Amino acid sequence: MNKSEKARRQFLTRIGQGVAMAATGGLIWSYLIKEQANAAVLAIRPPGALDEPDFLAKCIKCGQCVVDCPYDTLMLAAPGDQAPIGTPFFKPRDIPCYMCEDIPCVKACPTGALDPALTDIDDARMGLAVIDIENCLSWLGLRCELCYRVCPLMDRAITTETNPRKISKHAMFVPIVHSDACTGCGMCEEACPTQEAAIRVLDPSLVQGKIGEHYRLGWKIDTKVTQDFKPVPRKGKGTKRPQGPAPGQDYLNEGISYD
Amino acid sequence: MQASERNIKLGPNGKPIRYYQVPKTLGGKLKAWRYMILRRILQFSTLLLFYGTFNWEWKLFERPVLSGNLSGSEILGLIPLADPFAVLQILLTGHWLENSVLIGALIVLAVYALIGGRVWCAWVCPINPVTDFAGWLRNRLGIANAISFNRNLRYTILVLTLVLSALTGVAAFEWVSPISMAHRGVVFGLGLGWMAVAGIFLFDLMILKHGWCGHVCPLGAFYAQVGRVAQLRIAFDTPTCTHCGECARVCPEPQVLNLKKASVAHMVASGECTNCGRCVTVCPEDTLKFDLRSHIKRSSITEPESVLPKEEKTI
Amino acid sequence: MKQTRREFLKANVAAATAATVGIPLTQAQAGAADVEKDWQWDKGVCRFCGTGCGIMVATKDGKIVATKGDPDAPVNRGLNCIKGYFNAKIMYGKDRLTQPLLRMKDGKFDKKGKFQPVSWERAFDEMEKHCKAALKELGPTGVAIFGSGQYTIHEGYAAAKFMKAGLRSNNIDPNARHCMASAVAAFIQTFGIDEPAGNYDDIEHTDTAVLWGANMTEMHPILWARIANRRLTHDKMRIINLTTLKNMPSELADMTIVFKPSTDLAIQNYIAREIIKRDVVDHDFVKKHCVFATGPYDIGYGMRSTDTKGFPEEKDILAKQKRVKLDKYEAIAQRRKEGEVVEQKNAKSAGKHWMISFEDFKKGVEPYTLDFVAELAKGDVDESLDDFKKKLKALADYYCDQNRKIVSYWTMGFNQHQRGTWVNEQCYMNHLLLGKQCKPGNGAFSLTGQPSACGTAREVGTFAHRLPADMVVFKKKHRDLAEKIWKLPAKTVNPKVGSHIVKIMRDLEDGKIKFAWVQVNNPFQATPNANHWIKAAREMDNFIVCADGYPGISAKVADLILPAAMIFEKWGAYGNAERRTQAWRQQVAPPGQAMGDTWHILEFSKRFKLKDVWGEQKVPGLKAEGFEDGKLPSVLDEAKKMGYDPEQTLYEVLFATPENKKKYPWPAPKELTKGHPNHIAEALGDGWFPEHALWEEYATFGRGHAHDLDKFERYYDDDVRGLRWPVVNGKETLWRFNAKYDPYVKNGDFEFYGPALKALPSGDLDKITKKEKTKLPGKAKIFFRPYAAPVEQPDNNYPFWLVTGRVLEHWHSGTMTRRVPELNRAVPEALVFMHPEDAKRIGVNRHDVVEVASRRGKVKVRVETQGRNHPSKGVIFVPWFDESVFINKVTLDATCPISKQSDFKKCAVRITKV
Repeated sequence: MNKSEKARRQFLTRIGQGVAMAATGGLIWSYLIKEQANAAVLAIRPPGALDEPDFLAKCIKCGQCVVDCPYDTLMLAAPGDQAPIGTPFFKPRDIPCYMCEDIPCVKACPTGALDPALTDIDDARMGLAVIDIENCLSWLGLRCELCYRVCPLMDRAITTETNPRKISKHAMFVPIVHSDACTGCGMCEEACPTQEAAIRVLDPSLVQGKIGEHYRLGWKIDTKVTQDFKPVPRKGKGTKRPQGPAPGQDYLNEGISYD
Repeated sequence: MQASERNIKLGPNGKPIRYYQVPKTLGGKLKAWRYMILRRILQFSTLLLFYGTFNWEWKLFERPVLSGNLSGSEILGLIPLADPFAVLQILLTGHWLENSVLIGALIVLAVYALIGGRVWCAWVCPINPVTDFAGWLRNRLGIANAISFNRNLRYTILVLTLVLSALTGVAAFEWVSPISMAHRGVVFGLGLGWMAVAGIFLFDLMILKHGWCGHVCPLGAFYAQVGRVAQLRIAFDTPTCTHCGECARVCPEPQVLNLKKASVAHMVASGECTNCGRCVTVCPEDTLKFDLRSHIKRSSITEPESVLPKEEKTI
Repeated sequence: MKQTRREFLKANVAAATAATVGIPLTQAQAGAADVEKDWQWDKGVCRFCGTGCGIMVATKDGKIVATKGDPDAPVNRGLNCIKGYFNAKIMYGKDRLTQPLLRMKDGKFDKKGKFQPVSWERAFDEMEKHCKAALKELGPTGVAIFGSGQYTIHEGYAAAKFMKAGLRSNNIDPNARHCMASAVAAFIQTFGIDEPAGNYDDIEHTDTAVLWGANMTEMHPILWARIANRRLTHDKMRIINLTTLKNMPSELADMTIVFKPSTDLAIQNYIAREIIKRDVVDHDFVKKHCVFATGPYDIGYGMRSTDTKGFPEEKDILAKQKRVKLDKYEAIAQRRKEGEVVEQKNAKSAGKHWMISFEDFKKGVEPYTLDFVAELAKGDVDESLDDFKKKLKALADYYCDQNRKIVSYWTMGFNQHQRGTWVNEQCYMNHLLLGKQCKPGNGAFSLTGQPSACGTAREVGTFAHRLPADMVVFKKKHRDLAEKIWKLPAKTVNPKVGSHIVKIMRDLEDGKIKFAWVQVNNPFQATPNANHWIKAAREMDNFIVCADGYPGISAKVADLILPAAMIFEKWGAYGNAERRTQAWRQQVAPPGQAMGDTWHILEFSKRFKLKDVWGEQKVPGLKAEGFEDGKLPSVLDEAKKMGYDPEQTLYEVLFATPENKKKYPWPAPKELTKGHPNHIAEALGDGWFPEHALWEEYATFGRGHAHDLDKFERYYDDDVRGLRWPVVNGKETLWRFNAKYDPYVKNGDFEFYGPALKALPSGDLDKITKKEKTKLPGKAKIFFRPYAAPVEQPDNNYPFWLVTGRVLEHWHSGTMTRRVPELNRAVPEALVFMHPEDAKRIGVNRHDVVEVASRRGKVKVRVETQGRNHPSKGVIFVPWFDESVFINKVTLDATCPISKQSDFKKCAVRITKV
């Protein structure tokens, strides 16, 4: 091996080492980012926040929304808070969003991470109030319904149903949250009189299910019984030649045991 | 080391080499520290404006003075400002941004392109006082480097920042940046952010001289690139230089003081220069001073030799 | 009512829209609304149980994309259970059968070969060869069809006609034999006509629901929601759950009575005794509309005798088919002596019965005192006798309260019973004694398991003894009528009753049937004592054809597999438990080369010329008036006189007749089809609409005979959600036999006009004393039926009772529901439910695997001691949907000797730790 070849080899080795170091560093770095992003579901965002991945990308962490929030609701997450560092969030139990009509936080956002298309605060979806019906006083039959009364969208976001109480002759007024109207402002959580709030605002992805795409609620969508049907011609019609392997063939040929 | 012994040596220009004398009077000291004082004033007043606007609702013409933080802000509710590096990262995630922040980023970019990219580092960045303090203390304690990094590492990290932003879908450096943690923390609450600041302090103090700012920080690396075209420069008056080496001794980025290059360009041309002004105040011959790129004249000098002290050459 | 309901719904939708004005739809919602734009909706019926929930089906690009509960369907008002929720997914499993598959070796059929795809042509060639060979060798009894309660009405009718009019074989019997036969036999014996008098509206009228072996919570989830609502909204409403193991209805029930298997016979007699003792008999009703009757007790257990291919271990039980030694309780219950050995002389004439007097009837129920019945029937060893007595008395109180309306519901607890017909009849006994029958909110109501057990299996008559509209093959009058409607020469229809479904299996084992065709069911998984039948299918010289949508056990043991179209891939109609007939159109094309069962039958019928099947045929054992013993006469000469040519095919003579082609053309009018295709009509390609033709011909049988169906088109009207027959002058009938509701009642306020078995000899409790028959027009019969002990009971070797059944999440053998990933994930395997102390005694923990073994077979299964079923000590429950827990290898193939329905609810097993 001559000298230049040796040098070349050393050079290549160094490049390889450099790339490996960058890759290792990049992986650790990505992990740190991912770990933070995982915490994002625990953060209740300001009104108008985009869907979490978009929000996390677009928020420049400048805090102007926090500055312009007149109620000191919003905070920027410091390291150690349960939200990606530097992103705005709030703790409804401490200070909820009071749903300013002019939505100053959204106006303050320079990047559009808080969507400027949000012009009616009632359309905000900061989170979803969820009731722990085991510890909700109203669900236990006590006449509380505080959440219902403090709800800025009373009778839309929270309604009460009257149910008979099995163990006495008193009706129960049980609060029900409706996700189609709940903004996640958290005024209910702030007001909830139990020692630990029995109604809490959470990221809907933590609590909200979704019925299958293959099913519709018959009483919710109205369609005609029949319509002018446009049939789709049958595929492979007339193919007479057998083709293998046919679906189910392996199963069928595995045999069956009997005594 | 005796100053009198040194005085008899001659520089390459034939003049005797003089060394920097720490002024004895307060006025002299203040003069010698003038840029440092100005830098600290600018650094802290910026943070104070942010802090006051947020916490004390400072207003001017009934408008908030400076709201936000160094990542993005608004002056008097009118002029947007934004960190161009952060904006670049976000754009690389594939998200377009509102005009406000794009204009803000362009304004800041234009300013730094004019006055020197790394003016940010020395004059605005809140980490700078920390690393400056670490550097000063390290000198006093005589702590040696524990490891060595190539100063070009920061460019690798810069590239990595951009690549990871595109890959992870979030502004990669902004999510871990101790700089942002610091200035955000000062204004909005530090939380555990002090740990990051302390980490940098310890790194610079115990592990590597000028470790963060001079080797790692991709934001500095970004501004170094911006600084390549900056107008405000340290002009180099070749004939007066005695190669005393005082400038390089105080410079946090001594590689920029390559006399060969400086002699040709008649200024410190590298974007890595932070325009901190340390060299200006220590130069006994007034060879170095602030000037505008367009004013710096050519003059003939034929001796292109580095004045770098030996131990710095390898850095 | 219908109109206001719909308007109400629309108003609600509008209000909901208004409430959300200004709310930006999330992307997903906006996307969904966009997606739904191209969907084409049409009405349909849920594929699963006998409840008959109405659904709406949406298609796009030739695929079912969604379903919704039909808010206008009176049965379910827009709701579905979790199976119904997945209707859109059941057709799209990965292993959907799309090609005919034949067992082959070296390109030729080989019984021991491997399945390989073949063309339809080849498949029918092979079927024809084996079917004709079997006919030639064994006559019409050498071939058989396993039919179904999940047939569409048209499929069932085509299959029955092909067999009975074409091949002159009565060997067609549906899986509904396992499901509804006891109910049918009791309906016919009691009322002279099949199907319930009441309907689901009873729920909203009644004060009491008594479940006799019906786990409605899981098996009729939507009806249970109606019962639960009645309980919540009507103060007086009470629910009583009678069961051999505590199950889910107990969570809502006001009282749960856990009884020992078969002792429901004794409990019902105790109630009858109380009714008489407390003198709450509706004497006027009984006198005007009822007579008392009884029949022989020594009727065996529907088992084969010991001289057959039974396993050695089975022989002790099989021996009881011949003679039984009475135990203490049976002796008291039957007024005999303990230890008496009773020859089972009436095993072949189990259905015979005679009139008795009310005094005799009273004598019959006299031994069923509270003390006797409580001691006999108490099913939970941990319950005190006093508590149990209190419950029995409370039960009698509910029945005897004259101010209380009461409905008795049952499903498989009564029907799958070695005395299934008896126990059904006892239920009518009490309701008739009390006059609580055929009135809104009062009546005994037989729930159905399958979606068209009523509409197809029973009403169309795909049973071995039946013809459409309750007629039977062994009656000349009925055969004549059928031959007239079918335009057949006289004596074409075989008067000898064919083999019921268990007997088809036994015949396969005995080599008496050599060609069998499985349609729309999975009999090799569903029939008890399965080891015998699988062995017979695989080792005997026979040819088994299995038509199915998915491969299951029956396909696995078959020789030829026909890929079948599934529910919304064809035109169809189902009839549910309340006589409601509901129809749907083809929504999508079947996948690959799959074709509807109707096409299979019609196409196969082209392979038979009249001369092949209408010549003289041997029928061993045939004995009927006007027929030479053991023979069916040739009817070819007669056929020629009628204008038929012996060279004509069954297809031309039975199905694509010139009349059908003319009256029911395809393409059909757009008002009817709304543009929907018909893959069967199109594949036949000869311009007729088979489903329409089959419907109208079938309806001819019932019209004017209290089985009236409306015109085919009516069921496809947008405003029709099924109609409860008899549909007279376009009007459905809600409560039969009741003059206020039923146009067929001609005399008085009630008339049990059913025509069958309405002339009886007379006698006492033990025997006929007067052979002369009394005609009983318009009367219902109140039967005295005694307690009879189960033929197999736990002993030292096999100390546990095994009960089998279903779970809510899976339908029958799981061929469809186990293809729905969500359902399969939710309930991936069958578990054995047992009492925690039993598990402890055996030394197993929850989720350990045990072996459950009987005299007949064994399975390995995981233990569950919690959850939905809570058997008492000594009882276990294993659902049968899971082919890897093949519990029907363990179960006993005893049947009710009258109905021939198998008993899946009781046999003796041992459990060992694995």
